[in-house]
Amino acid sequence: MFQSRAQKFARRYEKPNPDSRDRSEELKREIGEEETFFSLMRRMAHENKLAVFSAIVILLFILGAVFAPFLTRYSYHDMDLLNRLSAPSAEHLFGTDEAGRDIFTRLLYGSRVSLLTGVVPTILSMLGGAVLGVISGYHGGWADALIMRLADIMLAFPSMLLAMVIMYMLGGGLINVFLTLALVNWASVARIVRSEVLALKETEYVEAARVIGVPERTIMFRHLLPNCLPTMIVLFTLNVPSAILTESSLSFLGLGIQEPRSSWGLMVNAGRQFLYNAPWLSLVPSIAIMLIVLAFNFLGDGLRDVLDPYQKR
Amino acid sequence: MSGKTLEIRHLNTSFFTQKGEVGAAKDICLEVRPGQIVGIVGESGCGKSVTARSVMGLVKYPGRVVSGEILLNGTRITGISKKEACSLRGSEVSMIFQEPMTSLNPVIKVGRQVEEVLLIHKKITKKEAKKEAAKILEAVGISDVASRMECYPHQLSGGLRQRVMIAMAMICSPSLLIADEPTTALDVTVEAQILRLMKKLCEAGTSILLISHNLGVIAQVCDYVYVMYAGRIVEQGETFTLFDHPAHPYTRGLLGAAKSLRSDAGLLKTIPGVVPNLLHLPAGCSFSPRCDSCMDLCRSEMPDMLPAGEKGHLTRCWRS
Repeated sequence: MFQSRAQKFARRYEKPNPDSRDRSEELKREIGEEETFFSLMRRMAHENKLAVFSAIVILLFILGAVFAPFLTRYSYHDMDLLNRLSAPSAEHLFGTDEAGRDIFTRLLYGSRVSLLTGVVPTILSMLGGAVLGVISGYHGGWADALIMRLADIMLAFPSMLLAMVIMYMLGGGLINVFLTLALVNWASVARIVRSEVLALKETEYVEAARVIGVPERTIMFRHLLPNCLPTMIVLFTLNVPSAILTESSLSFLGLGIQEPRSSWGLMVNAGRQFLYNAPWLSLVPSIAIMLIVLAFNFLGDGLRDVLDPYQKR
Repeated sequence: MSGKTLEIRHLNTSFFTQKGEVGAAKDICLEVRPGQIVGIVGESGCGKSVTARSVMGLVKYPGRVVSGEILLNGTRITGISKKEACSLRGSEVSMIFQEPMTSLNPVIKVGRQVEEVLLIHKKITKKEAKKEAAKILEAVGISDVASRMECYPHQLSGGLRQRVMIAMAMICSPSLLIADEPTTALDVTVEAQILRLMKKLCEAGTSILLISHNLGVIAQVCDYVYVMYAGRIVEQGETFTLFDHPAHPYTRGLLGAAKSLRSDAGLLKTIPGVVPNLLHLPAGCSFSPRCDSCMDLCRSEMPDMLPAGEKGHLTRCWRS
């Protein structure tokens, strides 16, 4: 019987149907185990001891800040003028400062400021920066030009100087420190998110989303933004310590938190005059700053290693 | 209704590069009837994908549709607003891509991605969408749907992902599905399953425009075939007619190159020469420099689509 060429082609292509039950078993194996948040954390604990240690340090600081009134007998503004500049002892764990205030107490209360200024303005600047970055990267054109030139202007100033100018205009106080840090930091976040989005918007799944008629706003914030998350987590853990440092510097320069409230930067500055006869005044808050900054950095490293979906093993 | 799901009339899509205008799709006339699977074959860069993208309204910058009309179910879809196009995509016309590995968003659960199509195009609750999504995923041959909907794309195999893509494309039951090399990235067993699935969809009433460079795939599922070369359709006809009596030398070359896989000839048969640069097309028929039966007329004038033998079989060759 004569067979047409098309039939031959078609038959050559037809492959036997594999046993469907085998296939489903195979598929089950492909899916593998579910990765919960806790299993991820456990993996991080297993692989990166330093990150765990950092997390514990941060946790201790947080607990100290929250339960400050219960951890000490003194209050941060109680002066004991007979006991000025006393060395660390059982009575005063880290000694007292020039007004006879307990340094351990002031350190605890100061950590409230430091942790808040680390986290709150960073979240603010990341939110703002991410939204602007996504719009800038996805839309392009005039929106991109406008946002990026604005970011350029922000980045052209030395950030410390900019923060000082804004603080000077707004005046001291916690809320103003938040605003200042958010204003100073959004530009770099927007830059990074934009570059990420520029690469991501060329991917097939964005195209596929457009093919099924997903509106642009949904593409930007539901499809693109979550894909920037690994980068943003790392950025977050880098920005938190830098915000803590900036706050400390501002307070050190007298532009941030005001006496008699306590802040680590303020304490370092106050101790400066007594550096030779009572070094603990500056040393204790400096070490605290160093510890928290390092802890956030190490934790960030550890988190990135386990959370990045592109580095899955 | 005009009785045609898709009708493309004299479509020209060009890319405006710094070196000049590149005509990626020239004078494309094409139609897909309800319940038909229509194939477009051709080698890389011959304008298959550009034609498909023109239909979706998603030609990438610096390209754009220069002239011509595209009608979907008798309604003109060229020159409609962005918003209208957005509501058509996914509901009336849908597309699946070559790369199932990267066509799903890696950070959104598979089930959620399928539901999203419904939530965008239909006014239904999340719960109903979830139900519908489960139903369609089952229909495209995914077992154990409930647990698989909770998976992220990287946990699924290529075949599964392509099924999910098809489910996403089909969930609003569009009248036209454009499949741009849907099986190229898959292994042959999975390919056969996907093709069978597409045939089933077609029987359920969806017309399919299948783009492929794989003649076997085309022969297996298509009712009607268009062959493209250098941005133009060079031959069209019913699958069996075209495969049995190829009229255009390019089609003959393609079939010959594929056939030699099985014959005893030691060397693969190829078509001599390379695809011409679309910026500098030869005068006359663009295939003339590679054609083994080229005449003087071929070098000076581009032929129209001329009838070749059976009804509906047209070819762009002077020798037909």
